Amino acid sequence: MRAITCGAVLAFAVAPAFAQSQFEKYQKMTAEGSPVELFELVGEDLWKKPQGPNNVSLEKCDLGKGPGVLKGAHAALPRYFKDVDQVMDTESRLLHCMMTLQGRSREEALKRPFGNADKPSEMEYLSAYVAGHSRGFKLSPGSAHPKEKESFELGKKLFYVRTGLWDFSCASCHGEEGKRIRMSELPVLSEPKATGPLIATWPAYRVSNSTFKTMQWRINNCFRQMRTPEPVFGSETVNAVNMFLTTTAKGATYRGPGTKR
Amino acid sequence: MMTKWTVAAGLAALALSPVAGAEPSDREVQEIMKRDFRPKGQAKMDRLEQDAVQRTCTATHDKPPAGLAKKLEADQLKTIVYPSGGLMGNWKEGGKIAWSGQGMQWNEDPKKPAGGGCYNCHEISPARTSAGTIGPSLTAFGKKRGNGPDMQKYVYGKIYNAKAYNLCSNMPRFGTTGSLTEQQIKDLTAYLLDASSPVNQ
Repeated sequence: MRAITCGAVLAFAVAPAFAQSQFEKYQKMTAEGSPVELFELVGEDLWKKPQGPNNVSLEKCDLGKGPGVLKGAHAALPRYFKDVDQVMDTESRLLHCMMTLQGRSREEALKRPFGNADKPSEMEYLSAYVAGHSRGFKLSPGSAHPKEKESFELGKKLFYVRTGLWDFSCASCHGEEGKRIRMSELPVLSEPKATGPLIATWPAYRVSNSTFKTMQWRINNCFRQMRTPEPVFGSETVNAVNMFLTTTAKGATYRGPGTKR
Repeated sequence: MMTKWTVAAGLAALALSPVAGAEPSDREVQEIMKRDFRPKGQAKMDRLEQDAVQRTCTATHDKPPAGLAKKLEADQLKTIVYPSGGLMGNWKEGGKIAWSGQGMQWNEDPKKPAGGGCYNCHEISPARTSAGTIGPSLTAFGKKRGNGPDMQKYVYGKIYNAKAYNLCSNMPRFGTTGSLTEQQIKDLTAYLLDASSPVNQ
């Protein structure tokens, strides 16, 4: 989480600096007791487990660095993949590998993309395992291919689209410095200084959900609260929003999976 | 609800959108969204249909030219339906609505009444500090501004359709979208204006 600036503290009418420092203490405590490692371990088992009609594991999945190469792969996503002629993020690519390597249908592989505290999803475990291999790598999403540029431009435009029953855009909540929703400070997601530390720690264990959450979920959940219909998992729209955020965060060192409020 | 003028203004706003390199047009973005979303629960696809207000605010990043904003605000003002009787409901009920963030989401029961979610963005009552700062503070609203008929009409109208007063306001149009009922908006009006409401203590 982004450290709060002095200016923002002064601007708050009711939230005293005391409450803010309590939040930071809480965030530090939760990070220290985070079960992220457990998710990475289960993810490793799932990565190596033969599954689907083809009864093979995901160990040959090409996340952009070559078949089976995990090191630094997550930090270099989203990127363009020639075999599908599309931009994909970590979860979209994992889904692609489930379908192509394991021979699973999209419907079956996406039956339960988002889990809960009682039963996290396969995708959540896998994303923890994959992302863990990018610790220490600088975020460097694809930016050279025309489709990567297109994805970034689409994401940037989507950020300002007023939509849904309640007329919100991403910028309605994440466009102005020093604002809070309830007691939670809102990061300005078009600004690298806010987006860097956030993207550097997703996916993450989320204390308020008592479970592990992914970027596809994070964006999906924003749209739910914006009162729109549901965005399709791994769609161009969701991946473009992720591309816009990750490109804005470019250069930050990945240190996730993190722990969030 | 949409006059010829609003449609024309919306189209004019679309034309304002800059076109550069790989950047998709606003119309293309809309088509991509319609392809990439699915209806779920009470959240149907019609919620992605942008009206002139949403189109204009999208195209101008919430900074519409003054003349256009005035015209569209006037159109929005016409959507406000005032009840025949008084505008002040029950402030106790209004308090519950202001502090409820439920309603209108795809995972929620559409039969249950929605909340206004006011506390997400507004400081409202000094007694409860778990409030956001996206919108202005509303503490002592009635005390500071009075609670005569004109103020009642303004508050009721602002909750019903915030875009009638500030075109690209971040605030939803609770009445126009059918999110809150006439009685709920009256209750909220009382919560902000009634002298006995905690807002005005």
